[in-house]
Amino acid sequence: MEQYSSKVMDHFAHPHNVGEIENADGVGTVGNPVCGDVMRLYIRVENNIINDAKFKTFGCGAAIATSSMVTDLVKGKSIDEALKISNAAVAEALGGLPKVKMHCSVLAEEALKSALDDYYKKQGKPSPVQIPAEAGHEHEME
Amino acid sequence: MRKVYLDHAATTPVHPKVLEAMMPYFSGKFGNPSNLHDIGREAKNAVEEARAKTALLIGAKPEEIFFTSSGAESNNFALKGLAQANSQKGKHIILSQIEHFSLLHPAKTLEKSGFTVTYLPTDKTGLVSPDDVAKAITKETILVSIMHANNEIGTIEPIEEISRITKEKGVLFHTDAVATTGWVPVNVDSLGVDALSLSGHQFYGPKGAAALYVRKGVRIKPQIEGGIQEDGRRAGTENVPALVGLGKAAELASAEVQNRMHATSQLRDKLQKGLQDHIEDMVINGHPERRLPHNLNVSFWYVEGESMLLFLNMEGISVSSGSACTSRSLKSSHVLTCIGTDAAVANGTLLLTLGTGTGAEDVDYVIEKLPPIVQRLREMSPLYEDMVKKKRSATR
Repeated sequence: MEQYSSKVMDHFAHPHNVGEIENADGVGTVGNPVCGDVMRLYIRVENNIINDAKFKTFGCGAAIATSSMVTDLVKGKSIDEALKISNAAVAEALGGLPKVKMHCSVLAEEALKSALDDYYKKQGKPSPVQIPAEAGHEHEME
Repeated sequence: MRKVYLDHAATTPVHPKVLEAMMPYFSGKFGNPSNLHDIGREAKNAVEEARAKTALLIGAKPEEIFFTSSGAESNNFALKGLAQANSQKGKHIILSQIEHFSLLHPAKTLEKSGFTVTYLPTDKTGLVSPDDVAKAITKETILVSIMHANNEIGTIEPIEEISRITKEKGVLFHTDAVATTGWVPVNVDSLGVDALSLSGHQFYGPKGAAALYVRKGVRIKPQIEGGIQEDGRRAGTENVPALVGLGKAAELASAEVQNRMHATSQLRDKLQKGLQDHIEDMVINGHPERRLPHNLNVSFWYVEGESMLLFLNMEGISVSSGSACTSRSLKSSHVLTCIGTDAAVANGTLLLTLGTGTGAEDVDYVIEKLPPIVQRLREMSPLYEDMVKKKRSATR
């Protein structure tokens, strides 16, 4: 499909880190089957470093590719570094996304923030994460 | 790699005999049919021959056929043209909720200029109830438009029953037969309609050639003005080669429609059974019997349409999807919404439409390739994961 870059197609056809983590240190599930995207991100954290990340996604080519990319981007990062990962970074790492698919990268960012938020909660610490309510699902209405 | 095209509802290839019939009219017999000289007359004769063949296909008279550029244009012409020409009798129109956007959007436009429109629901198989039509008709109603069959879910509507009602009540009846013409028998008198849309590229004719049938005596206001073409009803120099192609495609369809129906419905049924045998948690949308012969609309739980489409494309298989992600508006199919399909499942819908060139090996190939794609996407899906876990804990 020419609307997707070859990097996006590669992450779609051969996604990295598909799966689940048992007893994960943080799990975030975002999205809505009605909208056609649901992402679930699992992270394992040791000494403040994310040493493993896995994902499951219900969604289109861009949704799967951005999920795969975000797991690549967080592995080996500290919690603080992970908090700074933006949807723009995900999209850029994929060589760009069609405008109508940028919301998938936003969802990937939210999935990450949701997993980090869960990590803080499981640790019993106050969470610095701000998850915008309902953000990332602004559909361009006709 | 085997290439299997299963998106005939989107378009069909031009039949070799159609292409052959069209060729002389590009550079050889290239005239403008409105001209009096021999070059013009030659082109005019070709257009009129195409008109006669198109009329024959649907049991109409040639003078009742108005050529347009597309099904969308025919639909716009029908709705606005009939409403505006008959507005002195009333300003109420009735449509179904599952009409093509080329009728729903002009209906919205008419609402802005003083018309009222009732959009009838369907049952869960996509059928419009003739009773609902009867109940919706008031003394202000001038036009009913219900599609002959729905292009997405394939359901064939009870046009004959509805036309008995519209005749009795003196209301005009238009049907969008873009999805049916060339695939099932279409006869304007048996159907009992006053206007009918059809489009060439749906039945092995070229793109850019379509028609609106308007029963003699029915008033219609031209939408594209400024020329004498189409008896003053639709201006614009005729696309002669394309119309010649439409005529030839109509001629072929007249001869072959019964065979086409039987052959493709058998293969479609084989495909449906093959998928049902190999994939769980899938739903066939549309009416089980009253359905277009080549149409299979199927929703798969827990997976999304575009991702299935991409994987199928990689295997050389072309289909369409009704998911939100594949529509430019990011909304899922209005047809599936109307028939009550769960919104999440609607996003996992594929539309497979066979053609006369589809063979048994093509069907076998799809039955081989699609189930593993669905399974692979399910294994990646959090919705599937949740379902499996739920099932496991329920059986404890």
